[in-house]
Amino acid sequence: MFTDFFLTLRDAKIPVSLREYLTLLEAMDKGVADYKVDNFYYLARSCLVKDERNLDKFDQVFGKCFEGLELTSEDEEVVAEIPEDWLRSLSERVMTSKEMADIEAMGGFEKLMEELQKRLAEQEKRHEGGSKWIGTGGTSPFGANGYNPEGVSIGQKEGRHGRAVKVWDKRQYKNLDDQIEIGTRNIKVALRRLRRFARDGAATELDLPDTINSTARNAGLLDIKMVPERHNTVKVLILFDIGGSMDYHIRTCEELFSAVRSEFKHLEYFYFHNCLYERLWKDNDRRHVDSIMTWDVLHTYPADYKLIFVGDATMSPYEIAYPGGSVEHWNEEPGNVWLNRILNVYNRSIWLNPVPEEYWQATPTIRDIKRTMRDRMYPLTLDGLDRGIRELAR
Amino acid sequence: MKFSSTDNYVATEDLMVAVNGAIALERPLLVKGEPGTGKTVLAHEIAAALGRPLIEWHVKSTTKAQQGLYEYDAVSRLRDSQLGDEKVQNISNYIKKGKLWEAFTAKDNPVLLIDEIDKADIEFPNDLLLELDRMEFHVYETNETIKAKQRPIVIITSNNEKELPDAFLRRCFFHYISFPDRDVMQKIINVHYPNIQNNLVREALNAFYGIRDVPGLKKKPTTSELLDWIKLLMVEDIPPESLRMKEGKDIIPPLYGALLKNEQDVHLFEKLVFLNRQEER
Repeated sequence: MFTDFFLTLRDAKIPVSLREYLTLLEAMDKGVADYKVDNFYYLARSCLVKDERNLDKFDQVFGKCFEGLELTSEDEEVVAEIPEDWLRSLSERVMTSKEMADIEAMGGFEKLMEELQKRLAEQEKRHEGGSKWIGTGGTSPFGANGYNPEGVSIGQKEGRHGRAVKVWDKRQYKNLDDQIEIGTRNIKVALRRLRRFARDGAATELDLPDTINSTARNAGLLDIKMVPERHNTVKVLILFDIGGSMDYHIRTCEELFSAVRSEFKHLEYFYFHNCLYERLWKDNDRRHVDSIMTWDVLHTYPADYKLIFVGDATMSPYEIAYPGGSVEHWNEEPGNVWLNRILNVYNRSIWLNPVPEEYWQATPTIRDIKRTMRDRMYPLTLDGLDRGIRELAR
Repeated sequence: MKFSSTDNYVATEDLMVAVNGAIALERPLLVKGEPGTGKTVLAHEIAAALGRPLIEWHVKSTTKAQQGLYEYDAVSRLRDSQLGDEKVQNISNYIKKGKLWEAFTAKDNPVLLIDEIDKADIEFPNDLLLELDRMEFHVYETNETIKAKQRPIVIITSNNEKELPDAFLRRCFFHYISFPDRDVMQKIINVHYPNIQNNLVREALNAFYGIRDVPGLKKKPTTSELLDWIKLLMVEDIPPESLRMKEGKDIIPPLYGALLKNEQDVHLFEKLVFLNRQEER
């Protein structure tokens, strides 16, 4: 009955199974949806989608498959021009004033808006009458520059035509799609994969099997055995790139940092600037006074620490390849020597990069560092973090 | 027998469809959403609306699936055997019923709430697959099978701290409680505080959504925080005028501690208000 819909959902990478589809049909059979379109939409959503990250994809597919449902010809009209003040108000809502100022500095807000408007209009036409929707996610200039990681999305607007938008066209779950937003809580969930439990410390728990065993050996006289509680024993060393081009990613990094801090008992962090050299520091304000030799770090923390770099790896190629290439001081040995040195010690290591993955090819130093890391570079999105942690936990 | 909004709970249409679907098909309903959007309360309301008893199982990080079925208290049996107690002969004296057992054998078909399933170990949902699917389980110690007389309505809440396994999800209905919009919020407030002045609600909602829109907040205030705040406003008898934001966000609303629970957020908010004031001069 809705087989096409089901198959399209699968094509859209929503993990629906036959069982869920049958559940939907069974519910239809029992008359749960009352033959109303809205109720059918709610029911289908409830049966088929099991993760709020997929709700947005579901809304899109639903919109596509049941296009024309309850539509009048007036509704088919495509909105190709988007009023500028509308765009502006939208971006004012999603960006802070500082970000706006940044954008202005980068080439003018007007210009950007113009570009965005043009692009959106094009997209509307290409999709023909069908599309109510333009998700500019990755292609929007906002996304590209990393000012607004959510991208700007434009919907068919209620205000302009004074009629209600269909429920699934509201796409109110857009924010929940993964890839985009990375919050402290989400990071914690991803990091949890790294947990490795082991028992050490004071014996506080009753060990039932051992108690029974030794009681039996003791000819039935009770002999209670205790074991220590399980603790997370993973040790993590994090190196953050700080300053310069990383300023744009501070917020994401802050979130990552606060999440890892509460998650691990053995966590050490240090800062570096652009590339790893002979010194690291813990307090960015006192970096020139209060730094620690990288050699000391290598000698202090044993090889069973897991190493995570966080940095955009965006710099001048000299900073990696030549002695004296650092922008801050005279370095005797080039950055890649130091990188390899530390990688030789910690064989469980990854590099998290806040720059979106699709732009990596465009920056030579990202490619270089990725090669040095033997491809273990992951974007700082939930999905990337997940892959990275998997690599670390292997 | 259908679930709909009650005197003290506002259910949106999509929530009603999901709940009624789960009831009709006798499948568990998995509810997710921002903290404070009424996930746990939902189970209470369903039980109240359908006139059924509610059995609550609050899951903690140490909870095991087996505890929901039954527990065999081997240690106390061992102790009794040392003392030569008569009880020791019958093993069923040492079997403690869990919440699931209670729900399966209850006289009136109950509503079973499994609260915060994501708090438990990652394998927890997997261990309950068969039990929730077939609504029966086997007690090895006494060699009996416990089977549900009628299938209870099962409501499961999750705060998304862990991903739930696919096999588990496939057996559930799913509903994500999204943050209520202004109209729904107004209804929710009316339900909780029927005697509140209209203009106080309006001003409070303005201030509330204003705060939620502040970019960069670590923890946005949600429904339960709003309700607490309004209660405080009513207790303190704050006049609605003092909540009004002229042309933007130039005042700090009174008693904002009920809305912002994080000191960084409070700082951020104060800073923004300060900036706005300066601009006006």
